[in-house]
Order: sequence, then structure tokens, then C-alpha cells
Amino acid sequence: MFVINCPFCGEREQSEFKAGGEAHIIRPKQPTELSDDQWAEYLFMRKNIKGIQFERWVHTHGCRKWFNVVRDTSSDKIKAVYKMGEKPPSE
Amino acid sequence: MRNKYSIFSLVKNAFSYHENWEKAWKDPEPKKEYDAIIIGGGGHGLATAYYLAKKHDMKNIAVVEKGWIGGGNTGRNTTIIRSNYLWDASAGLYDHALKIWEGLSQELNYNVMFSQRGVMNLAHNLQDVRDLKRRTHANRLNGIDAVYLNTDQIKKFCPIINTSPNIRYPVLGGTLQRRAGTARHDAVAWGYARGADEMGVDILQNCEVKGIKRNGDSVEGIETTKGFIKTKKIGVVAAGHSSVIANMAGLRLPLESKPLQALVSEPVKPIIDTVVMSNAVHAYVSQSDKGELVIGAGTDDYVSYSQKGSHDIVEGTLNAILELYPIFSRMRMLRQWGGIVDICPDASPIISKTSIKGLYFNCGWGTGGFKATPGSGDLFAHTIANDEPHKLNAAFNINRFISGDLVDEHGAAAVAH
Amino acid sequence: MSKNLRVKTSKFIDETYKVSFKFNGTTYYGYKGDTLASALLANDIHLVGRSFKYHRPRGIMTAGSEEPNAIVQLHNNTSRTEPNVRATEIEIYEGLEASSQNCWPSVNFDIGGINNFLSPILPAGFYYKTFMWPANFWEKYEYFIRKSAGLGKSPTETDPDIYEHKYIHCDVLIIGAGISGIMAARTAAKNGFKTLLVDEKSYLGGSTIYQNSEQFKINNQISNSWLEKEINEIKKFENLEIKTRTSVAAFHGYNFLLARENLTDHLPLDQRINKTRQRLLKIRAKKVITATGALERPLIFDNNDRPGILLSSAIEKYANLFGVACGEKNVLFTNNDSAYETAISLYQKGINIEAIIDNREEIDSKLIKETEKNNIKIYKGFTVVNTFGYKRINKISIMQLSKDGQKVVGSKISIACDCLGISGGWTPAVHLFTQSGGKLKFRDEDQVFIPDIYPSDQISIGSCNGDFTLDEIISSIPNKLKEFLNIKKTDYENLEIYSSFNKSKRNIWLLPSDKVIGKTKPFVDYQNDATAKDIKLALREGFRSIEHVKRYTTTGMGTDQGKLGNMHALGIISETAGSKMGELGTTTFRPPYTPLTFGTIVGRNVGEFFDIFRKTPVHDWHVKNKAEFENVGQWKRAWYYPKDGENMHEAVQRESKAARDSAGILDASTLGKIDIQGTDASEFLNRVYTNAWSKLAIGKCRYGLMLNEDGMVYDDGVTTRLDENHYIMTTTTGGAATVLGKLEDYLQTEWPELDVYLTSVTDHYATISVCGPSSKKIVSQVIPELDFSDESFPHMSFKNAKIDKIKCRVMRISFTGEHSYEINVQANYGKSVWEKCMEAGKEFNITPYGTETMHLLRAEKGFIIVGQDTDATMTPIDLQMDWIVSKKKYDFIGKRSLYRSDTIKDDRKQLVGLLTENPDEVLEEGAQIVADIKKSPVEMLGHVTSSYYSPNLKKSIALGVVRGGKNMMGQKLIIPMENKQINVTVADPVFLDKENKRLNA
Repeated sequence: MFVINCPFCGEREQSEFKAGGEAHIIRPKQPTELSDDQWAEYLFMRKNIKGIQFERWVHTHGCRKWFNVVRDTSSDKIKAVYKMGEKPPSE
Repeated sequence: MRNKYSIFSLVKNAFSYHENWEKAWKDPEPKKEYDAIIIGGGGHGLATAYYLAKKHDMKNIAVVEKGWIGGGNTGRNTTIIRSNYLWDASAGLYDHALKIWEGLSQELNYNVMFSQRGVMNLAHNLQDVRDLKRRTHANRLNGIDAVYLNTDQIKKFCPIINTSPNIRYPVLGGTLQRRAGTARHDAVAWGYARGADEMGVDILQNCEVKGIKRNGDSVEGIETTKGFIKTKKIGVVAAGHSSVIANMAGLRLPLESKPLQALVSEPVKPIIDTVVMSNAVHAYVSQSDKGELVIGAGTDDYVSYSQKGSHDIVEGTLNAILELYPIFSRMRMLRQWGGIVDICPDASPIISKTSIKGLYFNCGWGTGGFKATPGSGDLFAHTIANDEPHKLNAAFNINRFISGDLVDEHGAAAVAH
Repeated sequence: MSKNLRVKTSKFIDETYKVSFKFNGTTYYGYKGDTLASALLANDIHLVGRSFKYHRPRGIMTAGSEEPNAIVQLHNNTSRTEPNVRATEIEIYEGLEASSQNCWPSVNFDIGGINNFLSPILPAGFYYKTFMWPANFWEKYEYFIRKSAGLGKSPTETDPDIYEHKYIHCDVLIIGAGISGIMAARTAAKNGFKTLLVDEKSYLGGSTIYQNSEQFKINNQISNSWLEKEINEIKKFENLEIKTRTSVAAFHGYNFLLARENLTDHLPLDQRINKTRQRLLKIRAKKVITATGALERPLIFDNNDRPGILLSSAIEKYANLFGVACGEKNVLFTNNDSAYETAISLYQKGINIEAIIDNREEIDSKLIKETEKNNIKIYKGFTVVNTFGYKRINKISIMQLSKDGQKVVGSKISIACDCLGISGGWTPAVHLFTQSGGKLKFRDEDQVFIPDIYPSDQISIGSCNGDFTLDEIISSIPNKLKEFLNIKKTDYENLEIYSSFNKSKRNIWLLPSDKVIGKTKPFVDYQNDATAKDIKLALREGFRSIEHVKRYTTTGMGTDQGKLGNMHALGIISETAGSKMGELGTTTFRPPYTPLTFGTIVGRNVGEFFDIFRKTPVHDWHVKNKAEFENVGQWKRAWYYPKDGENMHEAVQRESKAARDSAGILDASTLGKIDIQGTDASEFLNRVYTNAWSKLAIGKCRYGLMLNEDGMVYDDGVTTRLDENHYIMTTTTGGAATVLGKLEDYLQTEWPELDVYLTSVTDHYATISVCGPSSKKIVSQVIPELDFSDESFPHMSFKNAKIDKIKCRVMRISFTGEHSYEINVQANYGKSVWEKCMEAGKEFNITPYGTETMHLLRAEKGFIIVGQDTDATMTPIDLQMDWIVSKKKYDFIGKRSLYRSDTIKDDRKQLVGLLTENPDEVLEEGAQIVADIKKSPVEMLGHVTSSYYSPNLKKSIALGVVRGGKNMMGQKLIIPMENKQINVTVADPVFLDKENKRLNA
């Protein structure tokens, strides 16, 4: 089980958090302008990366804030955390 | 035909101290070109190759496997086989598989130990009851043997379940599919491998796919750790690693790969003669022929390829096990492990062509793909050979995520496994 | 009468404290400090159990947790029974009762032993090749296979013991309290680290603590007395916690470890009552030092499994620690110096040694010279080729090895013996290291895997790191600790070591025999009866990967998880396949290190603590008034209130009639309540609900439907505008937490520009709903100062009020179709307000009703329940609720998905009402709906989602979803049941008061 460094609360047990999937998928501003294909891309298609993944987590049993995590999905090692809206660290 | 397996061949070989058994499958070097290549040497991939050779006369084919055959989810799952699915499309798919299971040992001349000991699904709240009844009615009309049991009938069929009304989530009822059961996971992979090899299929182990070569909208071959192999048709059956292969071809899939854990107890004499699954309190258990309690846990909620999950999941599962079977408190966990399961948003698989000509995917089986192995292989072989789906897998096309015509099994069916 | 093989007092055994115990029904005696194994050996009992497959007699093989053979059932047929307990681990206590397993009728005469004679036709994987005819007979074969497999018996009663969890955070965790662990503990503690030292044994000091020999000295003191002083020193540190009988089970990522602390298993049964049996320690350590030692390897030769054959180190331990001789005519067989250490120990205690068989030709260490001095016969360059004796070894045959070690030469020599000690060198216990994700490397010189790459802040020290000899251990540890703990010095620099041990070893994985291998039984996995020839057969049949071989032969799959034989399996594979050991890799060591009791993993999360249950503020009243309860999520909701022996149907009929005739009262406190504030609150609601919110006036309520981004209905409820920038949203009971989570997600990640704040207030308010024609009169009495006139307080509006001095919110909203009010009051006043309503409603026959009646009443009115009438495949259009989907709004969650090619189809499943031909016949919820029963396969159009007998309409009503149902009004359909068909007609889902007269009455 991971220890996640919540950018607001500090290091906490993984059991306090929930994962929210791939990060930086921006909800289209004008969904009605999209084709079914384009909408499906947003809705369902995922990179599902093996390796360094940028993903979202929420501190459910803590500050309830969403933030981003950079994690190697092949080893589960967390490389960085950063707040929503902040620029992702370059690898 | 090589050595046929039987009690007679065992006795005969005993005289030569079993020195004369032939290889169950060869260990060939890759050819330069194949008519089709299956990526992934798990049960589904090997079955696909077997049926391509057997039913579609495609003998010049290969299965490429990164590690050893049957080493992924085939060898890590809790081997539950059932077909009591809610939606017509799913029922058709899984019952097709179940029918093949019923004769598979004889067909493969390999004992896959398909044990039709029945699978029960328990209901713990009133909505569970409605859902399970709905499913039972649908099963009956689809010709699938499923019955609804009340609490007393459940107790009678599996006496060790705690059916007291005073537990936190009492058992209110459940379903039973008698034709359902378990099988020996390794034997499925090995049996298909032996059968495919016999018909000339090359099984290439320790051969990792590094790239997929495309020419415009068609595939041309694969780059592997054993060199480039030419082919016009590629069937990808890579389970948790489907997205990794898809990325090589420049595709994105509606999948997330998550850790799924399971565990076994130390072996004991027979104590539970059926398979019991409970979704509401998340526990499912059966007993292997060796005597181990085989217990499936749930998935974690994050993407991971580490084959490790969090302890909380195991703990939660055992909490539920002891809630339903307090007699197991002094039993001991012998081994726990994790697999990587590829999950679709609607908890149903994809057996489909793609936008790239000659590239086919069979993935998204989530936590319950083992049961479908023979059917999945048969239908995927049909899809690859004919470049169009069989009517039984037509609904499991990749375009459903665009049109919205999902086969939503986790919203509707009480259990996803 | 059995013999007494207790040879000499040991300070680890309390000879003044005699303990009686039963084994297979016979009473024996041992001493406090004995394990079951040492006590049995002291009574000259070796035969303990039968093996898994061939039912061969098996004895005690080891003196630790790696034991494959001596496993027993404790306290058979009692609530404390336990299968597969290792006799080598369990400490004896007064009243212990153990019995042999996997044998019938007894361990001495076991019918299953016939398998040993059938073994020629039962090679590895035989079951894959047979039992296939006749087809469909597998279950019959399986019945017998299952019966003969398994080991012990599962308990059949509820466990009387309790278990618990404890979280520990420490700077340094040290696993293993052998000499390395003790040195690490003292160093860490002295440098101020919060340190935890754990060991699976009941004592500290590992194997050094009983290494009482002039051959091993530290600073001129015999090693065990030096270590004793160290142990006394570490006990003084306040920042060092020491836990014995504590076995680390799992080493997960991020230095998260699980350990089992055994608290009562060594106590007499009557002293265990109300004590915690085992504690699961959940340890988060900044640094981990693994000092788990090494396991002695057996040697692989024909019939190496008989009772009386033990690891050489186990024989030494039984003699030195327990004061027990394992035999009177001992022979040792070795490929390294370890057996000589045993020999010297036995000699010192006056235990007879017949001979030592050493497969090495040239050996001349000090230890061997010392042994030779004692006139012990040593056969150099020999190997054991066979052993004899069915239930106890009585003889061995030995032969000389060829120079290359590949075959045997010369003639056989027989040596009579009653105990054979074997030593194949040592395997570092790297299990925990690899569990943590560590990568091993292979050391060719002595054929061992040792830690190479550490995945977290941890080190391995001592023999688990491949440093086997006393001088290696002591000279390597100071520098390792200094670097790892980042400290300047340790107390262990420049110690003077004397060790007469020489590292030379002649490793032969499978010793040659004079017979063809097919005629031999050289066991690699003792418990599962996997032999070297099984491994070779697997390779012959094309199983090449170590994992394949393991699975095909079941090597390493027993309760000992192959702690003894896995290395030999690898060795034999690499030799047979001609590959290099290091390249072959190892099998994965999976947690737990030793089997872990389910109860321990679960701790207190059983019975009433399995899951919390949430009670409403009015709960006690419901209990007092004999309500039956329904589980809804974690909530206990009043389901119905049976009166005078009523069944559910009767109670519900009475309750629903009362609610429509005069007044009903419902505890709706479980509905989720989210307080929404901020200048963008209206805009936020516009985005999350399908309908428009900007124009909702202050003091008004509106029903909203929330979709998932995939367009499917997710939640519903009434939201009230309390003020310009202040709303209160209600959600379904089950959806409360996930809805809040989803809204926060959108707010924080997609729309951070919105000024909106969400607070869950579900638990802060009690919600009491009073409905029925008399509801206005009742609430007027409860809140006299409020104007309840329809003009001032119309349907779908809200007012602040006070009951006495208590502030409350009153909404006029309805889920039943009746004129009705909802009073929301601070939770702790909930019960008194409820009672006030009951009091005021007395004259109007106010009737409390539960969820079942609520469901019936809303169904009469055609209101949906999300999750019952919807199943994550229903859009609002499917529900025929087009009216609630704003056409004007540019966007809302899920909008785009409503216009996909499938979701716009006309023939999707749509919500309809269903009326049965026979008005008294109530449909089964979940029943399928078809148009043509004769069609094959029958086409299912949908299913019944809700169904009741309506006492108000005096007929059966149902809701269902039907493919294309929207356009089937009045059409006849069929509900096919197992034994009959029920005719129904598609109807409007609103069965009662379509004109809303009652609502507005």
C-alpha cells in the first residue's frame, strides 16, 4: 500500500485516498460540436500506460481535495504530486 | 497422432519409467512469415490458435508469448465458470463457452477437470433479490439453467454458509446454476497448446512483441525480441497488456488495467462442494481438488501493471468470508497473489475488428475472462478468419463505445466475476 | 513404553515444569519450553504424518517454520481445532491434543498408503492424462480425488478466540533476532532510532544462542555467552521494542509490512479465555533491516524422506536447545562443514554418532579435525544411495562418488542407523526481500541467491545476505549499519573472532544413484511428494519455465511453500536443461512467509463490527414500535411496522391506505443532503442537473435528475433554493456519498472558476415527512405560527420555521402524490419532533410507514426509484421524462451522450406501467416481459421493475421497462413464469391522480 504525499496534508496512507484515473483529460468545452467518435474518445478511451502515468487522486478521508500524481504503473513508485491546475513536472 | 493420453498410456509408460513421453508442445524458432499471429499465450490466445487451425484450416500460424504460456491471468484466476449472465448477448457468449467446456477434456485429450459443482450467487438486500430474480428469469428464457433459491434452499445446498438473519447483511436468497463450476486453469492453457501444436501451430515463448509494423491502414508484421515476423493478420489477446500493444499500433482502447488479487488457504479435506459468490459483501470461494479454499478478492481502483494490489482489498475480502463462513476463522492463508485485469467501462469484453485492417482485439475481460476461454477462442478465430464477427460476438464490437450500445453487465448483473 | 531420549538439561527447558499432552490419543510428557516436535522426539516418536500424494510415512524433518512433514491437527472436533499445524512451531502446553492428518484409519496403518505402490502410474501431472473416460464421469473421479487430497480438517464451529490489529510506525524495523538482528538492534537503538525488533521464535538469539562450542568465539568468549550479554544490553533501551513469537508475513511496497504476533497459542486452554489470540501488526517502517537467517538445505537422494531423516542443523538444535537426542544410532550426511558442528554438539552431549558421510573428497578444516579426534568415522567422497525402514529409518546404503560427482562407483556399504542428519549447505532466507520487490543475484561459488537490488530503504544482513560464517557476519555488519543508518560508529568494530568453520562445499543438486532414476524416489518437495524424476519428466514433456515445472509437478506448492526444496528444483532444472542457474530466475515468493490465520487478518472486523450501521435520529422510536428494518447501503431503514401479528403485506396495505385516507409519517432522514452555497450555485446546478435552475425563485423547490457523463440516469432528488446563493440538494439514500464525490470532482477539476461550496449535511438533519389529506392539519398543530395556506405555502415551496425555539426548514414536497410536508430539523431534535407529529396526528390516525409503503405509494403515482426502475442503462428519455431535459441549456453532465446513434433510437427500453389481466395477480419484480412466447429463442422486451398490490386502486400495478414501450400503450404483453403465463397490458405509469389534485388539495 502506497504512502501518498497529499499536497495539502502531507504523507498519508493510501487507504485515505481514492484514485480518479488518467489526468489531464479535459472535458470538451463544446460537447455538442463533437462527433460521436470524438465524444467517445473523451468518454471512454484511455492511454492506460505501463510506465510513467499522470493520474488524479482525491484525499477522500482527509481534505477531500483532488490533485495529480505521477506514478510508474509498472512499479507503483510515485514520482511526484502536484495540485490541480499546476503544470505537470517534466520527466 | 502422438501419445494419446489415457490410463493405458500411463500404465504402458510406467514400464519405461515415463522416459518416453513426447513433448506436449515443441519449442520452435520463429518462421519468417505466418498467415496469422496471435499475441498472447494465455488460455484465450491458445484457444484462438487452436480453433483457427481446427475450424478455419489456418495452420501456418504462431502464438507469441512474452513469458511462459498460461502465466498471466490464466494461471492466476480463481477458475469460476458460469453462464448465468443477464443480457442476451452475454448469455449467448458465455453459454457458448460453457457448452464447449462440457466436452473440452475429451476434445483436447487433456483433462481440464471441468467440475460442474454449481455456482451460487447470493443476495443480501432487496435490490439484490430483484436483480437476481430478473437475471434468473432472463436465464430461463435464454435456455440457461438457473434457479432462484430462498435462504433455506441455500442453506441446504451449502450448509456452511451463515444464513442467520442476525448477521449484518443476511442472506436473503440467491441463484444457482448447476452446470456451472470450476476447471483446472493450467490444464486449459496446456491442453490448447498441445492441441494447437499438434496441428502445426508454432508456440513461441519468451518472445516479446516490441512493435507492430503498419503499412497505411493495414498491418505488415510484428517486431519481437526474436526479430521481425511478417503477417497480414494479428490477433491481440494480451489481457492486462492490451493497451500496451494497442499503443504500438497507434490505437487507444476503452480499457483500464487494474490489480486483482486472489488467495488460497492451506489444503483441507472437502468442506465446501460448490462455488459461492457474493457481490454485496464481496466474497467468493470454492475449494480446489487439492483442498485449498480458493478465494477471489476485488480490484484496486488505480491502474497498475505491478501484479500487486493493496492489503486492504485482501483484508476486506476475508472480512466478508468470515461474515459468511465464521468456521473458517482458524484456517490460514497460504498464498496470495495479484494479476492485471483489463476492464471495459461496461464490464463486458471486446472481441472485434479494429480500424486497422488485419488487426483484431480480444480484450476487456476484466475479472471474469477465464470462464469464456473456449468460446472466446472459437469466436475470435471466426472473426480473424472471416474478417467479420460471428453473430455471438457481434455485440462485443469496439464501436459500441461510440454508438452507446453498451452491454452493461456491471450496472445490471449482480456480479461481475 | 516409549524411550526417553532426553539427554541433558538445557536452560531453555524448564525441567521442573512437566507438561502432559496427547498425541494420537496417547498421553506423553514434555517440559515447558518444548515444542510438540521436541517433546515427541524425546519420547522417541518420529512418525507424525503421511504425505499428500503417496501417503508415505513422514516424520519430523526440521526444527522450524520450514517444516514440510510434521504437520498435525490440533484439538480435533472442538471449536479450537486447527489443521496443518507444524509440530516444530507449536509450543506444548498442558492439555494439548494433537493428531496425525491425511491418514485413515491411523498414521500407523493408512489405507491411502496403497498410492505408494501405485506410484509408477502416478507420475507428475498424471491427472491431466486420465480420468477422461467415460465423458461426464469427472465429478465421480473427483469425489474420490478430493477425499484423498487435502491435509487436515477444516474447523466446523465458530472460532471462540478474538484477534486484533495494531498499527506501528517506527524508524527501524529489524526482522529476526539472531546474532545479526541483535547487533543491528543495539546499534539502531543506541543511535536514537525508534526501533522494533521481531522474531518468530519464543526466544532471542537465533541459532547462535545455543552455539555452545569452543569452536566459535567472539572476543575470546564462546559465541552464545557473548550474545547473551548483548541481549541483556538491548533490553535496556526504551526506544527499542522487542516482540517475540512475531512472524513477519508480508513485506509490501513502501516498507509496509504485516506481522503476526502470537499471544496465547502457547498457553493452556483455560488461560486463553478473553485474551487476544493473535495480533496483526501493520508496520510502516522508515527503514527495514532484514536479518532472517538461512535455511539448511536437504540433500536429494533415493528415499530421502523416511521418518528419522532430519536436517543436520535440526538435530543440533534438538540436542543443544531442547536437550533431546533424535536417535541413538545417528549418521550424518553432508556436503559442507555444518554437519561437523552438529557432530561435535552431539559428541559433547554423549550422543552416539555412527558415521559421517561427506560427499567431499578433500577436507581438512579445524572443525573436521576436531571431529576426527573424537573417533567418529568419516566416509569422504561418499554419498547415500538408499535408505531403509518403512516407518522409521533403520539402515542406509552408501557408495563412493566418481571424481566428477556424476555417478557412484565401487560397492555398497550398509550402515545401520535410527536417525540420519542431512546437510546440503544453506539457502539465505530472501523470501521477504523478494516479496518487497527486491532483485536477487546468483552467487556461483556456493550456489546461492543473494539480495542485489533493493526496491526501498532496506538492507539484508547476516546469513540472509549470504554471509554464513560467524567471522563474515561480524566483520560485515558494522560497515553496513554505518552506511544504512548514516552513523559514525558501532560497538562492533575490531571484534576478535574465532571460527573453525570452513566454507568449502560440494554442491550436487541430485546425488547419483546406482539405480536408474525411474526406479528411485528422490524427494524434492516432501509434502507434495514431488521427486527429481517428476521434474525431469516435466522437462521432457516440454515444460521449460520454472513456473511451468513448479505447477506441473506441484513442487513448492505445499504449506511450506518449498522452503526446503525450491533451490534443488531449480538446480535440477538447470542441470537437465543445460541452462545456467542465474539465468533461470527463481519462482516468485508470494506472501505470506508462513501461513497466516484468516482471523488474524480480519481482526475485530467480524460480527457486529463487520460494517458500521447508520441509524437515523428516530431509530430508537422505530425499534420501540416494532419496525422491521431494511438495509439500504449502511443505513437501517424502517421497512414496515407490523401490528398484532400482521405480515408484511398486511402491514403495507394498512399503512398505504392510511397515508392516502388521512395521514402517514415517514422517517426520510437517510436521504442525502448537500448544502450548496456560492455566487455560482445556480450555474453549478444548471451544469449538473438536466433541467434549468437559474429562474427558480427563492423559497421554491424543484425536482432534478442527474446523469452520468454517459447519459444514463445517476441520481435524483429535490433541491430547494434557500436564498439567492444558497441551495439544499437531496439525493437518494444510497447515492449520497458518491454524488457528493462526483460534484466535488467536477467543481475542483473541471470548473474551478465556479464560486461554489459543497457540504454534506446528511447527518445533521432529521427529515420527517408527513403526508395525506390531513397532513396540513397536523403540521399546523406542530408549527402553529406558520401560515400553511395553499396561497402562502403552495406545493414545491419552502419556509423557515421554529418549533418551540428550534429552527427548522419545512418543504411542501411529495414523493407519494399526496399533499405532504417535510420537516427538516437539527438531528438531535429529530425524535422529539417526530413524537410531536405523532401526538398531533393522533386524532387523524397518523400512521408511521416504512420504505415498502413508500415504494408502493410512489409507484401508484408513477414516480421512479433510481436503482430500482433504472439500472445504469436508462436515459431520461427512456424514462419518458423528456420534460425534465432542458433543450435550451447548452450543456449539462451527460447531455452529449443522449445524442449518440444508439441513445437516440426510438426502440430503446422505455418505462411504462403494466396492468395485469387479473387485477388480483401481483407480478414478480424482475420477471421478464415478452410479446410472443412461441418465438424461439424467445425475445425478451424488458422486465418488471416495481410491482405491488395497490389498496387505494384495489388492483395490482407495476412499472416495467419495455423495448419500444412508449408506443405500445394499451398493447397486450406476456410475463412468462416457470409454470404459467401472465397477461398484462401496457399502461400509463401514472396510475393515480394524473391531474395532481391530491398534491394540490
